[in-house]
Amino acid sequence: MDAATATAVQLRLTPELQYVLRLADTGLVHAQRLSEWCGHAPVLEEDIALTNMALDLLGQARALLTHAAALEGQGLDEDRLAYWREHDQFFNLTLVEQPLRKPGAHAPGGDFADTVLRNFVLASWLKAACAALQTSRDETLAGIAAKSLKEARYHQQHNADWVQRLGDGTEESARRMAAAVQRLWPYTAEMFEHDAVDEAARTSGLGPARQDLRAAWQAEVAEVFAAAGLTLPPDTPFRSTGTQGRHSEHLGYLLAEMQVLQRQHPGGRW
Amino acid sequence: MVSAAESVQGDSLHPRELAAWAVLRTVPDPEIPVLGLCDLGIVREVQPLEPTLRVVLTPTYSGCPATEVIAQSVVQALDAAGLGPTEVVHRHAPAWTTDWISVEGRRKLREYGIAPPGACASAEVAPGAAVLRLRPRNVECPRCGSFETERLSAFGSTACKALHRCLACREPFEHFKPI
Repeated sequence: MDAATATAVQLRLTPELQYVLRLADTGLVHAQRLSEWCGHAPVLEEDIALTNMALDLLGQARALLTHAAALEGQGLDEDRLAYWREHDQFFNLTLVEQPLRKPGAHAPGGDFADTVLRNFVLASWLKAACAALQTSRDETLAGIAAKSLKEARYHQQHNADWVQRLGDGTEESARRMAAAVQRLWPYTAEMFEHDAVDEAARTSGLGPARQDLRAAWQAEVAEVFAAAGLTLPPDTPFRSTGTQGRHSEHLGYLLAEMQVLQRQHPGGRW
Repeated sequence: MVSAAESVQGDSLHPRELAAWAVLRTVPDPEIPVLGLCDLGIVREVQPLEPTLRVVLTPTYSGCPATEVIAQSVVQALDAAGLGPTEVVHRHAPAWTTDWISVEGRRKLREYGIAPPGACASAEVAPGAAVLRLRPRNVECPRCGSFETERLSAFGSTACKALHRCLACREPFEHFKPI
């Protein structure tokens, strides 16, 4: 990479590109957060599990970013998209950028209950999305989804086990699991928002609108919550807007850490 | 670039294609070297284009770090055999499943001490499949054949394996996760 390309990417954004980037960025940012647990998880088996899940999500994100680069049409690639976009050109769900292991400003972070709950609700969402995307008119997207579906299912089962184990565990684990539900729940509304990008995807056969995923997601979450002795909180008016490119303050710090090396040494390789 | 229509297709295998398969059967998986890439079922197609030999691979896991090493070893083996220049393309659909691991591959896995995956997991993706599964089905110990085993860890040393323990012979072993 020469100096001319070592500049921030300005996307030629279309609804189709934004739709694919929402999926790609949600996987990428979620993987980045999960990898913060590497070497720090409560037990060795979970350390391996969290990093394995991060690896699956990163692999999915790489395939989706490569596809997004092809759709974008300016000769970008996965690395240009991951390392050279500014925060307002990322379209992940706000949920995945929230601090996970370390506390951040206005976000407690650091409780393992938050991690397993986030993994569970996201894997359930990704599973529903991938199941529907298998019949996308976009063959590449359908292929990536068919692969990711199997991984999402395994992640969902693993984290559902944890939600039940903690929710239905000791008094202390149940209290902390319930607190995690309270913290996380407002961010789940964004998973089912509906806008022009969703409408275009549904109409053109690219993929499901987010609101189409709600019934399947809610049924599975309710089943696991019931088994875990957790209550589904009521909806709140709060709406996060990461999928519109308007993020919480946490994404900037995450991107700084993720992008700094490529920006200091453009095109650097292992 | 040669179009697909110009490549040799059909029942009778092109001699170059035949030779390529013979070479590919000798290429081991980098992480489980007892297993060949063909045993694993990830080599989907060989297309003898002119002048390029194209090999279609389907990755096992999206994030499998071996994917790039596998592509390199395929190119190296075929080029060394004089069948190249070789190019590798990755195909995502249909997604790889452990059902594609050959009978021979399963035998090799068991002898190596890795419990092979059970038959088709695709039923578990079907609508209505249970989400909660706190007690997974017991896996057969590859050493003593006992079903008195337990899962220690859902994830293992590679993306494709989980860690188990035999309660009869007390040996830990890895299980190739059925997906």
